[in-house]
Amino acid sequence: MIPATTSQTVGPYYAIGLNLLLTPDMAAPGVLGERFALEGRVLDSNRKPIPDAVIEIWQANAAGKYAHEEDTQDKPLAAAFRGFGRVGTDKDGVFRLTSIKPGSVPGPNGTMQAPHLVVTVLMRGLMIRLTTRLYFPDEPLNATDPILNLVPEARRATIIAKKAEPGVIHWDVLMQGDDETVFFDV
Amino acid sequence: MRAYRRYQPGTQPSHNHPPYVSSAERHPKQPLIVIPHTLSEITGPQFTLDELRKSSADLTKHGQGEPLGERIVVSGKVTDEDGRPVRRTLVEVWQANAAGRYLHKVDQHDAPLDPNFRGCGHMLTDDDGHYRFVTIKPGAYPWRNHNNAWRPQHIHFSLFGPAFATRIVTQMYFPGDPLLPFDPIYNCTADEEARKRLISSFDWETTIPEISLGYKFDIVLRGRDTTPIEE
Repeated sequence: MIPATTSQTVGPYYAIGLNLLLTPDMAAPGVLGERFALEGRVLDSNRKPIPDAVIEIWQANAAGKYAHEEDTQDKPLAAAFRGFGRVGTDKDGVFRLTSIKPGSVPGPNGTMQAPHLVVTVLMRGLMIRLTTRLYFPDEPLNATDPILNLVPEARRATIIAKKAEPGVIHWDVLMQGDDETVFFDV
Repeated sequence: MRAYRRYQPGTQPSHNHPPYVSSAERHPKQPLIVIPHTLSEITGPQFTLDELRKSSADLTKHGQGEPLGERIVVSGKVTDEDGRPVRRTLVEVWQANAAGRYLHKVDQHDAPLDPNFRGCGHMLTDDDGHYRFVTIKPGAYPWRNHNNAWRPQHIHFSLFGPAFATRIVTQMYFPGDPLLPFDPIYNCTADEEARKRLISSFDWETTIPEISLGYKFDIVLRGRDTTPIEE
């Protein structure tokens, strides 16, 4: 067995290679589901904006089905919805994207997961990607989500979006500090 | 449903990597929380050739004329840890030009831009996991990490693989580069063999007479656990 290739940083110039697939609007017009806009900032240990981070999203469609051959659930696929999003942060560390709220997908041991986005964070200074999840505000299933329940209760709020104006949710990614964002070892 | 294997100890860098100075303010201090793989982690985005039309696998054909520098062919095979080819997966590459300058506003290195070189390429692996692109050999360039710091010649790679769990961003280096022993990014892992696998090898088979040298760089994505996940 040859072990998986070693990760290296995305560096400061990722835009040259990765901007072709920037996907700030993940759901084309006509894709079914509750639309939301997500806004947030990526901040370093001094609460200073990180202007060269990349956020990538992977999510199920509104029915809770992934556009992937290993999702064999008997649920409809949404045409024109891949479930992938990629955005970079601007000079103020701000990122923005729009999508539709995913449905619930199964978890381990017969559980159901709360609607969530899985997230990759890349930036200069990080030698290997960070992964996390983003859950939705006022979502009853959050209380029983099998992954969220692995997070100490005091830290769960760091990966649950906050309500802003109607249709807009907010989420900051904090690399360090008292309210450092929860990251997962996937 | 089967999970993906965890990384082999010593083969991946830590998030905190002090020799790389900007890591200090950008790595989490809390331990990562280990989670089981669910449907969300064993699936991931898939891409088609259609959307890659704006780029190409020949980085020397993006301008009006030929870019300056040493033309090379880079190719390799993408497999999982058990040697199974990773088919039809997206490979994104980007790099500096022959003078060691990136086409990016943040790059202020006093070396010329090349109007005929953008430095990006996109391709899918074929049914055997192979990829191939034509480019020019990137130059070394200075950075401010430490006194007289220079990055060895390298090409950035980004791959998705079949699942969210298999996503990787890495860099490919060139054999015999004298800067490698001094580069904190290349030297990020405890396992020397893992490091060496980031160095491409000169390859006669893909070297084209009278045209260009060939370099081979194989990429390994995580393999799969043998036991199924409890569903």
